[in-house]
Amino acid sequence: MKVRKAVLAGLAATAVASLVLAGCSSSDDTDSTPTSSTATSGDAMASGGVIRTNGSEPENPLIPTATNETGGGKILDAMFAGLVYYDGTGAAHNDLAESITQVDPTSYEIKIKPDQTFTNGEPVVASSFVDAWNYGALASNAQNSSYFFEDIEGFSYDEDSELTGLTVVDDLTFDVKLNKEASDFPLRLGYSAFYPLPASAFEDMEAFGANPVGNGPYMLAGPDAWQHDVQIELVTNPDYTGERKPANDGLTIVFYATQDAAYADLLAGQVDVIDGIPDSSLQTYEADLGERAVNQPAAIFQSFTIPQSLEHFEGEEGMLRRQALSMAINRDEITDVIFNGTRTPASDFTSPVIDGWSDTLEGAEVLAYNPDEAVKLWAEADAMSPWEGTFQIAYNADGGHDAWVDAVNNSIKNTLGIEASGNPYPTFGEFRTDVTDRTIDTAFRTGWQADYPGLFNFLGPLYATNAGSNDGDYSNADFDALLQQGNTAADAATANGFYQDAQEILLKDLPAVPLWYSNVNGGYAEGVNNVQFGWNSVPLYYEITKG
Amino acid sequence: MLTYILRRVLQAIPVFFGTTFLIYFMVFAMPGDPIAGLFGDKTPNPAVADALRAQFNLDQPFIMQYLLYMKDFFTGNLGVTFSGQQVSDVLARAFPVTLKLVLMAVVLEFILSVVIGLISGLRKGKFFDNISLVVALVLSSVPVFVAMFVAQYFVGIKWGLAPVTVGADTTWGAMFLPAAVIALTVYVTGMRLMRGSVIESRQADYVRTAYAKGLTHKRIVPVHIARNSLIPVITNTAASFGALIAGTTVTEGIFNIPGIGQVLYQAITQSEVPTVVTFVTILTVIYVIVNILVDLLYAVLDPRIRYV
Repeated sequence: MKVRKAVLAGLAATAVASLVLAGCSSSDDTDSTPTSSTATSGDAMASGGVIRTNGSEPENPLIPTATNETGGGKILDAMFAGLVYYDGTGAAHNDLAESITQVDPTSYEIKIKPDQTFTNGEPVVASSFVDAWNYGALASNAQNSSYFFEDIEGFSYDEDSELTGLTVVDDLTFDVKLNKEASDFPLRLGYSAFYPLPASAFEDMEAFGANPVGNGPYMLAGPDAWQHDVQIELVTNPDYTGERKPANDGLTIVFYATQDAAYADLLAGQVDVIDGIPDSSLQTYEADLGERAVNQPAAIFQSFTIPQSLEHFEGEEGMLRRQALSMAINRDEITDVIFNGTRTPASDFTSPVIDGWSDTLEGAEVLAYNPDEAVKLWAEADAMSPWEGTFQIAYNADGGHDAWVDAVNNSIKNTLGIEASGNPYPTFGEFRTDVTDRTIDTAFRTGWQADYPGLFNFLGPLYATNAGSNDGDYSNADFDALLQQGNTAADAATANGFYQDAQEILLKDLPAVPLWYSNVNGGYAEGVNNVQFGWNSVPLYYEITKG
Repeated sequence: MLTYILRRVLQAIPVFFGTTFLIYFMVFAMPGDPIAGLFGDKTPNPAVADALRAQFNLDQPFIMQYLLYMKDFFTGNLGVTFSGQQVSDVLARAFPVTLKLVLMAVVLEFILSVVIGLISGLRKGKFFDNISLVVALVLSSVPVFVAMFVAQYFVGIKWGLAPVTVGADTTWGAMFLPAAVIALTVYVTGMRLMRGSVIESRQADYVRTAYAKGLTHKRIVPVHIARNSLIPVITNTAASFGALIAGTTVTEGIFNIPGIGQVLYQAITQSEVPTVVTFVTILTVIYVIVNILVDLLYAVLDPRIRYV
């Protein structure tokens, strides 16, 4: 009797397991795929040629104009080649373009190199660009990066309209007519939104987004190369003849949910290069990695914005208060103590990795810690209208901002003797909703990551009157005029001069109070060479070798 | 027995609707606009945002969104993620991985519970019993993530005995370390249950009878003591199976295991309603089924319990 009970118990226990197993009949085939492909990537590692790096599952289909986040952008940059590319210093060089000629500040003639192909054999011609840009700009396609085309004639956010400013002249030539002057237009063309698409993509964009066909240094290793939520395997594209010819045999981007896991893999040598260090290891990673640690400024500008309409921050009084607040913040100490030196105190409104950056702009001393001057300016403002209440900085609590917000507030509190505190929002989404709807009634944190390495990208979208990301509703006619002069300039150097002048106005008005530039923190494993981080904080994978 | 099963299954139906409704409501009530979140620090163009909102039914009132979701759910369409994948595909990929991890952890947990519990029970108050109690107290007071990091650092990085992270290599071997750490942090309950019932059985009449009959120690321990002491351990293990399936997010994050915990975490941070609701619904269903089976196990294992 007992024996039979025991057998029954065993059977029942197996039943629990097998019933649950039966719930997902596909478990067998999904299991076998990752196992076999790991075996192949393991072999490749032995030959010393495939670079393994960290990444994250793309949040959008892998279509250049649909992608606006780094997880997908990193993959697209490896798989596609645009008209220009950016080198390690952020300078733009022709990639597919034979020449980009400015006819006048609103029109350009673009010639592309002959005999270029996509990895499915289709040739790269003028229409590959024109059709891709039209697809990305069309309102009903709802592409995340459609705003990149807003300067091209014919663009509309509200209704479907063709980009009439694009004209195909012949197979290898097309003209671009802009609806406003943009002297930095050629500089933008290295961004992924401007990549070409093969004609076959338009037949079924959904399928293309799952299995993209590019023309860049790398291509998908096979139909199952993109294992969702796991990794994507790229191999070199033998037909690529551009400047970014890979020095390695391939690139495997492993998706990590946490930076801790990526860092642990780096320490064990299971991944070759990573472009993020977890907070828990920021104090030790330079000791752990030695020369293999990377800590350099990135094209990320951090600030907090005081809305123009906020009480006590309007007009002359507001200008004094903004300057007082800025001078009350000890940026050096905060970047050192709170961030372990992984931020660089700001000296302008852009970033040191951008051509045209300067730390000697007139008025930049407002960004230096100067408690006496701060107290004086604050008192002057109080004379106009006495301050009462608490100065608050709103931030999203899910992004690790609480430490520095508290530090900034303490710095303000100690210097000016006023109440200052953080105003946390639980999630980034909630925070941005209030900022976008203008229902926020405190100062709030702002950050900007450049889309392309140009000064204008840090200024125009943020501070020009009625610009898309002008969250504080700043407006200054002189500033707008200088931007416009920069946009109509004949060459980049002249344009940068105007943009620097425009920044000197910002340093007086402080529509946003600059805090610091984020650094890129990363590292690479032993035996890995030629690691250089690009202006956008992503390693230039094609240069990396190992073994 | 049959009516009992039927009743339990029928009870599961309101549980199913209740949970999906609650979960849907909670994700819906999550403050902030998921579409705005998609654009980072940049302000999305209103037209683009509206188009995306319509695509994911986010422009409908709450009850309509829920009904549309339910309609799709029962017609086998679990929705698509923001990146355009079928949620059912995501589930089919992630679920087996988690299942494998949890199965391995539960088997290890069971073995640890039975072996250590049996020896402790037989040597009550002796050296081994005391040591196992101290070790159990230490292990159950260490937070899971601390145990994970320590194991990863020493076993994986320092000694190189196991892969540091799992990633694409979701084989049994690669997932042994995380499974073992899970087992070590949860076996304590089962071990103490086993020990308690072993001590109880040793004093039971049938054991005394067995000794009186002249049976050897070697036969009485496995056949009479151990087998009858297994009942609470088996049900405890089965119950922890359901709890672990739903609770592997931390483990999967640390060891980079592409299972449901990780996918769910990312879906929550992106406010991806269809993914979150589908995953939680499936987890609920599993939990309910496992619980029904556990209750039935009692009856099978212990003749004194009968359901009518």
